[in-house]
This record gives sequence, structure tokens and C-alpha cells, in this order.
Amino acid sequence: MAVTEVRLSWEPAALAPNDIAEKIKEKFPDQVIEIAVFRDQVSVIVKKDRAAAILRFLHDDPILSCDHLQDLTAVDYAKKKEIRFEVVYNVYSIRYRHKIRIRAQVPENDPKIASVVPIWAGANWHERECYDMFGIVFTGHPDLRRILMPEDWEGYPLRKDYPLKGPEFENDWPGFTEVIRRSKELREFEWEG
Amino acid sequence: MLIDTSATGLIQVEKDVKILPPNIIITTFDKIVNWGRLSSLWPTTFGLACCAIEMMAVGASHYDFDRFGIIFRGSPRQADCIIVAGTVTKKMAPVVRRVYDQIPEPRYVVAMGSCACTGGIFKTYSTVQGCDTFLPVDVYVPGCPPRPETLLEGMMMLQEKIRKESARWSPWR
Amino acid sequence: MSGKVEIMQKEAEKIFETRELSVNMGPQHPATHGVLRLVLDIDGETIVNVTPHVGYLHRGIEKLGESLSYFQALPLTDRMDYVSAMSNNIGYCVAVEKLYGIEVPERAKYIRTIVGEISRVSNHLLWLATHALDIGAMTVFLYCFREREWLLDLFEMICGARLTLTYPRVGGVRNDVPQKFLDSLWKFTDEFPSRILEYETLIDQNRIWLQRTVGIGVISAEEAVSWGMTGPTLRGSGVAYDIRKHMPYDAYDKLDFEVPIGTEGDTYDRYRCRMLEMRQSNNMLRQCIEKLPAGPVMADEPKFVLPPKDKMMAVTHPTDMAYFIIEKACKGCGMCLRACPAKAITGEKKQPHKIDQSLCLQCSTCFTTCKFKSLTVVPGGKGLSDEKLAELAVAPDQLPEDIKEAQQNLTRQFDFIKKGPKAPEGEIYVATEVPKGELGFYFVSDGSGKPYRMRVRAPSFIHAGCLPRLCIGHLVADVISNIGTIDIVLGECDR
Repeated sequence: MAVTEVRLSWEPAALAPNDIAEKIKEKFPDQVIEIAVFRDQVSVIVKKDRAAAILRFLHDDPILSCDHLQDLTAVDYAKKKEIRFEVVYNVYSIRYRHKIRIRAQVPENDPKIASVVPIWAGANWHERECYDMFGIVFTGHPDLRRILMPEDWEGYPLRKDYPLKGPEFENDWPGFTEVIRRSKELREFEWEG
Repeated sequence: MLIDTSATGLIQVEKDVKILPPNIIITTFDKIVNWGRLSSLWPTTFGLACCAIEMMAVGASHYDFDRFGIIFRGSPRQADCIIVAGTVTKKMAPVVRRVYDQIPEPRYVVAMGSCACTGGIFKTYSTVQGCDTFLPVDVYVPGCPPRPETLLEGMMMLQEKIRKESARWSPWR
Repeated sequence: MSGKVEIMQKEAEKIFETRELSVNMGPQHPATHGVLRLVLDIDGETIVNVTPHVGYLHRGIEKLGESLSYFQALPLTDRMDYVSAMSNNIGYCVAVEKLYGIEVPERAKYIRTIVGEISRVSNHLLWLATHALDIGAMTVFLYCFREREWLLDLFEMICGARLTLTYPRVGGVRNDVPQKFLDSLWKFTDEFPSRILEYETLIDQNRIWLQRTVGIGVISAEEAVSWGMTGPTLRGSGVAYDIRKHMPYDAYDKLDFEVPIGTEGDTYDRYRCRMLEMRQSNNMLRQCIEKLPAGPVMADEPKFVLPPKDKMMAVTHPTDMAYFIIEKACKGCGMCLRACPAKAITGEKKQPHKIDQSLCLQCSTCFTTCKFKSLTVVPGGKGLSDEKLAELAVAPDQLPEDIKEAQQNLTRQFDFIKKGPKAPEGEIYVATEVPKGELGFYFVSDGSGKPYRMRVRAPSFIHAGCLPRLCIGHLVADVISNIGTIDIVLGECDR
């Protein structure tokens, strides 16, 4: 039951991000498309076929040991790039204090990618949110359904072609139009004062 | 002024305007009933977002809600009014309406915060632009979030509104 | 003989056949901290499965951020974790500053650390108040809110608002702190340790508290990291991960503080971690006040940062400036006519245009559009007739230096807020340590003033996903303890 106060100190990262990117390129040479660097942060752009294997390598390898999945999200490059979606994984190693970003390209006509729930249990809700907002299907996910929008919502809100203000009232979610209609009916019983 | 001897017992003052007959027993009874209602308004806890924190702060000891007779009740069946504090989303709208429907008459609605009044800064696909699209609101308390004093002023305005009510005790209400 | 017992047992099971009961802890519930819906499948009183349903407060902040400039999206971040609003703002500002590549002055760093730590204390006070209230200790709620009122008064002293603050800005903070604030804060840090002792006396060794928190919601270190937990929720299980030490930002690398780490990974250890964190924050505040250096509070980067308010045209000459078109220089191109929002400019094509002073809003939109140096500003010219203005008007490049600078500042202010300063193309992920865990901002910039993709990695979202793991096998009352210990706030969870 003891909670101790530990004097942590800052330590430099064990491996520079470029070195990690090089290691990935060595192990999976045909999967890596590009290595992008911006403000000391390195992204490795890969194909989606073996993205889960690359992440498993990052997690299990004793020198890399990236045990903390900081973030899992997706970006919609609607007309800017050929391949529409990219699923972005930010991973960090708590023991060695280095981090790397993996971007897996997912095309629009086949928006499926392998799930990383077997590696990190916390990716469960991240992937559900990606499915909800972008429509990217994660194969092997135990329970893929909408999380932030109502279960029977139509459309994927964070795609670039979805309007910010949402659908027109007539095409809106039936649960909401039902509430408005019922409240109009019940208005005659309200106290007018 | 014509005495209208129809079944409703109302008096026609002008064309198409009918009022209850002013009657000394009714006004005194009104006053007592209204005083009883406004002095112990029990809201149901319905904090949705940031305004809920300000509502909790009003309930705490610095700006005390209890001195107005306002105690927060957990169940809508035991409450008088509902303070919608925070953003109402489309997923939450049926729930709000259901909770409101469960409050027994006489019931009042206070829309607290800009999001409950008009949707606030969130003009997006999932936010209802104001809870008055599906609830009959009595008092609007604007602010983002409104200061505790603003909410107290809002409740006092609701109390004034209740004071002016007349004959809200009919058997079928 | 044993066969008969078995038959009797089977008969007994058929009679007392119990099924699981599904109970809905609905979105409206006093103990779920906001609009969280839990569907509990229970067998008697033991929980078999918990399904959290979130999304009842999803307001579309990420999509809204894509249509607003970097400055306009700053108030949106307040409304996410509304209990400790400053820490969200600081996280956003640190991320955008890294994207732009600008440095913040020292004084601003210390001020941001001060308000960040005050937010941490304020958040932990509210956490303790609601957690204890749910478990049953009502006095602690009132005591914590008493302290919180002092802190909210401090916030009001520096920026005028209590809850949704937006005081840090990209490049620094909005304005300098008054001395009154520092004195009052010093007094607070003197008295606060005795107040923490009050709370601890009430609940720390209380038999009921121990029974309800020791051994509840136990999670081991590896599992906690795998589930994505961060912050005190993770540190209670023994993992030494604190972003203020791993990836320091603001003034955290210059302060001397310790990080409480637990051992058992249960609710009681997480509670003790947060109480010790409050004491550490108190210590840090005292260090910051002592070490606060003098200097500017906003970075000096005209390309990315809002100009100082006291050197702007609308502030130096609020009531008496007038915009005027010099007839001789005007070519009649019509740019200012199309740009004017009040439609105060009239004129034919290729003829000199004229500004109607009664309709003019002095917004200076026309000033930026004129390429022929014919549109000028006349300080002290409000209300004067056109002839008088024609006498006083000077060509724009011959105006006195301070007026020129003030006018440029006003134009810059409008541009930055509406269109946003152009960020370089690229992507960035920056994490900061908010009281609830790790708040991460992932920006993808396409070279314009609005983010192409703004992603918020909210700690409450991840922690709410861990509820099934923590609650299964315990009793219904322990669900309430577990919701309190993971410290979620639905505004952040749903964004």
C-alpha cells in the first residue's frame, strides 16, 4: 500500500528517430514507401498490408520496446493524394524514451486494415472511433461498431465531403426528428400561463 | 364585460379574449400556492457539460442554493423543474425529453448556458441548436458558462414568473 | 446414493435458475460524471460485463477545428476538459508553437507553468470532491469547493473568467499577471498544506473509505500500459511515466519536484498519488513565484503572433480616426469598393472613389486592398467634412511611423484571426501532462492558416474504455468507485 515519491529525471532518448526508421526499413524493405521528417519528428509511411506486423515488431523487439501506443487516428487526404486515407500510429517507449510515427496508406475502394488490438488492448476504442468517423474497417476487431455517433447514424462525419452543419432536417437521424415531432404534438398540453 | 354563462365559467373581456373571473378567494389561494411552489423549487440534476460545474459551484457553500430552498433531487419523479446545463446533442435529445416528460406538473425548464439556449459555439452536425426546439423553456440564462450569480438571478426570475401565475392547480394538471 | 444427490442438485438448479440481469445506469445519473451510459450485466450483485456507451456529448470539435483558424480554434479546447481548462489551452499552444517553430519568452513559460499547476490543483480538488461524494463522504465536497473558490478568484484576477479561460495564447500568454495575483497565490500556498491535511484526516484512515477503495479496480503495470492508461491512473500501478519529466515543456525542466508512484494499482493507491501530487504542485507554485523572471509575455514573431494590443490603431485612436481616399491618386480600380463590408465606398469604374463617412465602420479592410497608395487614415479626422479631410490627408507612406505601425498591427490582427498565420506544411504530435493523463494534439498542416486535421488524443476517452477491465468481477457499488478513480470528464471523452 505504499506510494512513494520518486525523483525522476530527464534522460535522452536511447535511439534517435531516424535510427528507428532505418531499423524498420531494414526489416521490411518492401513495405516502406517514404520516411518524412518535420521538426525532429520522423514518420514512416508504409503500405497497409503488413502494418500490423511492423507494429508487432516495434512492440516486441527488445531494443525498440515501444510499449505505449500514444495515439491511433486517421487522416482523410480527399483530393490531395492518390490514396485517400492514412491511419496514423504514434508509439513511444517508456523505458527507452524514444518515439516514432507510422502512417499506413489505406485506399478508398478497399478501406480495410488489420487491427492492432492483439498488441495493445487500448487500441479497441481508438479503432472504433476511426471506423465511426472515417469508415475504415479494422479486420480482426472484436466489436466494431459506432461509438461517438448513434448506432444507426448514416455517413462518416470526419470525411472531407461530409458537411460541417450535418444533414438537412428531413434527412436527419430519425431519433432526433422523432423527438421534435412528438414535442410538437405534446405542445397543446403544455401550460400556456 | 359580459358574463359568459357557458360551461367553462370564463368571462369575455373583449372579442375572443376570455379570462377567469377575478375572485378574491382565488387570488389569495393563488398567492399561497405560488409562494409554496417558488420557495422550494427542487430541480433534477441534469448537468451535461461545463455549465454543470458552475451549477455544482452554486450548490456548494460559497453561493448557496439551499437558502432559496433549492435542493437537487436525483430522480425526475420527485422534482419540480429541470435545469438543462450544457450542450444538448442529437444523441442525448431523446433522453432529455424523456426525463422532462417524467416530471410531474407543475414543471419548469431553465436553459442554462449558451449551448442550451441556442447551440452556443457548436454549429455542427451533432449539436441541437438550442433545447427550446423540443422543450418549452421558461427562463434562458446566457453565458459561457454563466457566473453563479447569473444562475441565481435566473432562478429568481423563475420565482417571479411563478409568483405571477394564476390557477395552476386544476384537477387534471 | 451420490446419483440421487446429483439428480437433486440438477432439480434445484432448474428451480433456482437465475439469469443475468441487465441494468442501465443511464446518461442521467448523479454519479456518472456527466453523460456516461453504462449497461451492467449482473449476476446477483456481481458484475459479469460492463458496456460503456459514450458519445452523448459529441459536439464535433475536431471537424469544427478544421474550418477555423489556429487562433479561433483555441477557445474550443477550453470546453473539452472543462474542469482544468488552462491545461488544455497550454497543450494546444505548445503544439501549435512547435508547428510554427517559435520560442516563447521565459516569463511567459513560468506564468504558463503557474497556471498549469493551479489547474492541476483545481482539477484534483474537484476529483476528490466528486469521488468522495459518490462514495458517501459529503463533507469533503463542501471543503474542496471552498478551496476551489479561492483558485477561481485567482483566475478571475488574471483573465476575467472563472471556468473557460483561454488565457494562454500561441506565443505566450494574453497579458501580464498583476502583483495582487502573486501575493494572493503565495498566501494560498502557505495555507493549502493544512487544508490537504484536513481532507486526509477525514478519509485517509477511515475504515469505510479503506473498505471501499483498497483492492478495488486492481490493474498491473503491463496491463495498464497496454490499455493505454496515462497520468495518475497509470502511476498508481507503478509505472514511472510523467511527461513533465520525459518530454519537458514550458518551465518544468527548471523546477525541482518529485513524482508519486504507487505499488498495488488499486483505487487507494491512485487516490494517494493524486493527494501527493497536490502537495507537489503546491511546492512547484512556490518555486515558480520565487523564480519568476521579468520580461515580455508574448513572443516577438510578427509572422505568427498577434500584435500587442496597446500599439493598435483601434486602441490608440479609437474614436477619432477616419479613412479617406485621396482623389488625385485614386485610379478607380474598385478593389476597396468590393472589399468594404458596410458598402460605404461609392464610385464609377476608373473614376476616383469616395468613402461615405456616416457608413464607414473604420474596420480598415479597404486599407489593405489599395495598391495605389491612395487610401489613407487621418487620425483625429472623425466627424470632419470631406474638404477638411482632403486638406489633412497625407499619402499612406508619408504617415508618421507610429501611426503606420499601429495601422499595420490592426491589419495583422484581422488577418490572423480570420485567415490564420500560414503554418509550414507538415505534421506534428505533441503531448502534455494534463491532470487527467496525457493530452496529445496531432496537427496536419497543408500550408494554410487553418489546420487540415486537428486530432485530440483525450485521456478520458482511453480511460473510459478501460472500465470493463476494471469492473468485471466486483460488485455494483464498486463501479462507482472505479468511475471516480479513473477521473473521466465526458467533455474530453466525446469531444
